[in-house]
Amino acid sequence: MFPIRLANIHFTPGGRSVLAGLDLDIEADGITVVLGPNGAGKTVLLRMLAGLQAPDGGEIRWNGDSRPAAGIAMVFQHPLLLRSSVFHNAALGLKPLRLNRAEAQQRTRQALERVGLAHRGEDSARLLSGGERQRLALARAWAMRPQLLLLDEPTAALDPSATEAVECIVREIRTDGTRILMTTHNLGQALRISDEIVFLSSGRVIERAPAERFFARPQTADAKLFIQGELPWRIAFGD
Amino acid sequence: MLDTLREALSLLGHLDNQVVAIVWLSFKVGIATVTLATLIGLPLGALIAVASFPGRGAATVFLNGMMGLPSVVVGVVVYLFLSRSGPFGDLGLLYSPPAMILAQTVLVVPLMAALTRQIVEDAWREYATEFRSMRFSLRDSVAALLYDCRYSLVVAVLAGMGRSLSEVGAVMIVGGNVEGYTRVMTTAIALETAKGDLPLSLALGMVLLTVVLLLNTAAYRLRQWAMRKYG
Repeated sequence: MFPIRLANIHFTPGGRSVLAGLDLDIEADGITVVLGPNGAGKTVLLRMLAGLQAPDGGEIRWNGDSRPAAGIAMVFQHPLLLRSSVFHNAALGLKPLRLNRAEAQQRTRQALERVGLAHRGEDSARLLSGGERQRLALARAWAMRPQLLLLDEPTAALDPSATEAVECIVREIRTDGTRILMTTHNLGQALRISDEIVFLSSGRVIERAPAERFFARPQTADAKLFIQGELPWRIAFGD
Repeated sequence: MLDTLREALSLLGHLDNQVVAIVWLSFKVGIATVTLATLIGLPLGALIAVASFPGRGAATVFLNGMMGLPSVVVGVVVYLFLSRSGPFGDLGLLYSPPAMILAQTVLVVPLMAALTRQIVEDAWREYATEFRSMRFSLRDSVAALLYDCRYSLVVAVLAGMGRSLSEVGAVMIVGGNVEGYTRVMTTAIALETAKGDLPLSLALGMVLLTVVLLLNTAAYRLRQWAMRKYG
């Protein structure tokens, strides 16, 4: 699957430019957090990497192949859960893998144990709290044993303790050798969890740096303003 | 009128053999019809909801249009197929319960498929991205959506059962309303009313109404329970 190369990516839904000549190479290791103001194209970038959205221009190659590789899992900000048990929902991502029943069950049990939901296996998934739902979505992805895990603002609607639980799980998934790309608006979280930051603005990668260096010494004016919490306002009000 | 009602209740109270046989056959035909129509109509409706293919819009309009298919038209068409000179005449099915089941299945499948398409399409709008991200095949998606919508789809199955039990035109034409063999509640009501035997008609009508109300009550309770259990 790796390296994944995005070259000169353009995306202009309804004539509005969301991505405008984005270039990005993704290698096989680590946690990358994609930062940027609202509308910078973070979610679109993740959807393109998952093969859910085709660019209007440019090229994406998954290890040289133009078709999205297998082994990619994505967790959304508001994961959708079937009207069914926690266990059934956790096992859902294994369906297309056509595993035998015993292996599918074993992987599902293991994933639920790792996110601390093994004891809720028989409960209804839709009655879980927000944090538990997100942990279940992570278990569903984890059970698939993906090479690349894409997380789209997985803690956006969670309280601090639920956020911390999700961060712990993300770190653990990484130790399994899974490459992680994640978007967030939480700068503290980005610093805590990431190896590197990719900063998007105006539809392009403006800056890419190890997390500590990005926050300590941002190289671009936009990144500085963003860290200071001013860039979204500047863009929103056209200052 | 009160005398008619009293006689009707008496027929039901004494479990009149004729009434029991008619009701029993109606149930057998209805259950067989709904089973077949469920196996065909639900996956068909879900497939149209999920799949992208040229003419999908036309298929949807056609399916919706077929919901109001006149039962006598279905009866005549199935009759033509099963009559001696028809392509399946050799099977000797005309004027038999299987012919009635076949005609009613033709009648009920579009209704169940159209309702299923609507229910599943709404769910598909919610789930499409998530399923695609998990690399679900069309078959996986259809199966997962049918499972997720199972409590809502009870409505489609019930609508099919209701249509099957209350339909008279098609079963009259292909079943022939043969006493003790193909006489069901609706054909019996039509015949007995024409003959002036109103107590039997009324008794059968009461059974029909009770069954429909019980089925709807069961469906309502099931949905309530599912809402509490699964959210």
